[in-house]
Amino acid sequence: MSEPPSEYHVSTAAKPHFNRAHALHLLRQMLRIRSFEERCAELYTEEKIRGFLHLYSGEEAIAVGVMQALKPEDAVVATYREHGHALARGIAMDTLMAEMYGKREGVSRGRGGSMHVFDAERRFYGGNAIVGGGMPLAVGLALADKMQGHARVTACFFGEGAAAEGAFHESLNLAELWQLPVLFVCENNLYAMGTALARSESETDISRKAACYRIPAMALDGMDVIAIEAAAHAAVAEIRAGGGPRFLECRSYRFRAHSMFDAQLYRDKAEVEAWKKKCPLLRFRHWLEEAGILSMDETGRIEAEIDAELDAAIAFAEAGTWEPVADLARDVYTEDR
Amino acid sequence: MSTETIRTTYREAVRAAICDALDRDRRVFLMGEDVGRYGGCYAVSKGLYDQYGPERIRDTPLSECGFTGAGIGAAMGGMRPIVEIMTVNFSLLALDQIVNNAATIRHMSGGQFHVPLVIRMASGAGKQLAAQHSHSLEGWYGHVPGIKVIAPATLEDARGMLWSALEDPDPVILFEHVMLYNREGELTADAGPVPITGAAVRRAGTDLSLITYGGCLFKTLDAAEELAADGIAAEVIDLRCLRPLDDATVMASVRKSHRAVIIDEGWCTGSLAGEVSARIMEQAFWELDAPVGRVCSAEVPIPYPKHLEDEALPQVRDIVAAARAALGR
Repeated sequence: MSEPPSEYHVSTAAKPHFNRAHALHLLRQMLRIRSFEERCAELYTEEKIRGFLHLYSGEEAIAVGVMQALKPEDAVVATYREHGHALARGIAMDTLMAEMYGKREGVSRGRGGSMHVFDAERRFYGGNAIVGGGMPLAVGLALADKMQGHARVTACFFGEGAAAEGAFHESLNLAELWQLPVLFVCENNLYAMGTALARSESETDISRKAACYRIPAMALDGMDVIAIEAAAHAAVAEIRAGGGPRFLECRSYRFRAHSMFDAQLYRDKAEVEAWKKKCPLLRFRHWLEEAGILSMDETGRIEAEIDAELDAAIAFAEAGTWEPVADLARDVYTEDR
Repeated sequence: MSTETIRTTYREAVRAAICDALDRDRRVFLMGEDVGRYGGCYAVSKGLYDQYGPERIRDTPLSECGFTGAGIGAAMGGMRPIVEIMTVNFSLLALDQIVNNAATIRHMSGGQFHVPLVIRMASGAGKQLAAQHSHSLEGWYGHVPGIKVIAPATLEDARGMLWSALEDPDPVILFEHVMLYNREGELTADAGPVPITGAAVRRAGTDLSLITYGGCLFKTLDAAEELAADGIAAEVIDLRCLRPLDDATVMASVRKSHRAVIIDEGWCTGSLAGEVSARIMEQAFWELDAPVGRVCSAEVPIPYPKHLEDEALPQVRDIVAAARAALGR
C-alpha cells in the first residue's frame, strides 16, 4: 500500500498566466478588501455597523489567490470572517456594505449582517458563524455535483481553529472517502479567537491532519498571493480532473483583533508588528514596483478608485431601507414568501 | 381509487415510500449509517442497496454531523436527500447542522437558498434500550422555526408522508417511533401521498379530546376503547404534524368536547404537550369545563428493566385515569 502524499508540488504547467493586467487585478482585489475592512472598523466605531465584526486585514492574499482558480459555476463556502471572500468572488461592494448596515438592499437582504453573506448568483453559500459548520455543507455541495455529473468545484474556507472541531474531521474523511470535488482552504492565522494554535492542538501542522485522511495537502505562505494562486490553480485542476479533494493550508496572520470586542491580551504587540512587515499587500506592491510593473502613481490611482468605490458603497448603504417589520417572518418557510 | 388492500407492516410501508421516492425522482437518495449493506438498523432499507446501488443507498461513517450537514449541502446543490439518523439520540451529534444550518439558511440568506432535505429518525422507548436509545425529542425539534416536524403513526401516513416531505422545499424531520415498525395492518394497494399539513381525527367522540402523536397513538386508541365501554365517547386526534401544529383541528375538537388530555411520550417539562396545552388555553379557554390534562413520560432517564421502562412511559391505564379525572368520573 502506498503512503498518502503529505504534500504535492505545483507543476509549472499549472502556474497562472501572469501578465501586468492580472498583477494589477490581484493588487486591486487585495486593496479593495483592505480598504473595505478598515472602513468597516471606522463605521463600527460610528455605530453604523453593529453586532460582531470580524475583519480580514492581513489575510487578503488567501481569498484573492484562491478565487482566481474558480469559475462562476463553482461554489464557495466561507466563514464569519468572509468579507474578503465575498469581494474576491465578485459580490458588489455596495450590496456587501448594505449588508453590514443590515439594510434590505444588502446581499442577504440585511438578514445576516457581517457574518452571514449569501449570494445565490455567485454560488456563495455563506458566511457560516459556527466554527467548522460550513465544512459538511461544502462536502454536500460537492456530493451533489458529483452525483449530478457537474464538473464543478466547491471551495471551502475555514480557520485553523476548525481543526479542533469534529466537523473538520468528519468532512475531510467523507470528502476523501467519496472522492468529492472540494478544495479545502485552511486560513491559519495562528489564533482561534485568543487561543494560540500551540495551546490548543497537539499537532500544529494542520496540513498533516489532512494528509492523515489521504488528502493531498500542502502548507504555503499565506501572505504570498502568487504562491496561493498557483497552488489553487494546480489543486483545482486536479480536483476538476476527478482527483478528489485537495487541501491548502495558508499560513497567515490577522492584523486586527478577532472581533471589535477583543483587547488582544493574548498576543504581543511586537508579534503583530513583525507580521505586519510581511503584509501581503505591501509585499506584492513592492515587488511589482521593483519589477517595474507598477508605478507609485498607478498605485495612487488604484487607491483613489477604490476610495471612490467605497464612498459610493457607503452612500448606497446609507440610502438603503430597513426591511419592513411586517416581513419579519418572511422566508422562515418557503410558502411565507 | 382501488379498495384492494394489502397486509403490510409500518416498516414495509416506510420502505415502500422510500422506493417510491427513489423511483419517482432521480435526485432522491438515502444516506445514513448502515442503511446499505446492513439493511438499516431497524431493517427499513433492507434490500434497497442491491436494488438501487451504493450511490443512492449510501452507507456513511459514524459521522452524524458530517453526513447530516452533507445532506443539507446536497439539498442546496440540487439533490433531494433522505438522511437517516439511526435514533433521535444520535441526532444530537447533528444538532448543530440541523438547528444552525438547515433551519436558518433560508431566512438568513434573505430567501436565496432553501434546504429541501428530509431527515428520518427512529425515536421513542419500549424496546428496553435504556437511557441513550429511548428518547422522544420531537418537542425539541418542534421548538425550532425553519424546520417542519412530522410523526407518521399509521400505515397510510408512513407510506404517504415521506413523498410529501420530499416535495416540500424546506427541511422536514420525520420521526418513526420504534414500537411502530412491527405493527401490521391493511393498506390500500395504491396508497399515495399524504399531505404534511394538519392533524387527523382517528376516532370521533364528544365527551373529551385525547390529543396525541406517534408511538402513543395506539395506546390512546386503546384507552378510548376502554372508555367507550364505560359510555365515554373520547375523540382521538393524531397531531402527526408537530410543526407547524394544526390548531384548527385541535380547537374544533375542544370546542365540541370541552375537555382535553394530551398524551406525549416526551418528558412533561417543556414538552410538546405543554405547547398544545398553552394553545388550548390561549384559543379555547372559555370552552373548557376542566383543566387540560397531560400524560407524559416520567422525568427520569428511561431505565433498562421492563417494569421500570413501562412505569416511565405513558400507558393505557394512565390515559384512562387522566380522561376520567378530566371528566370527574
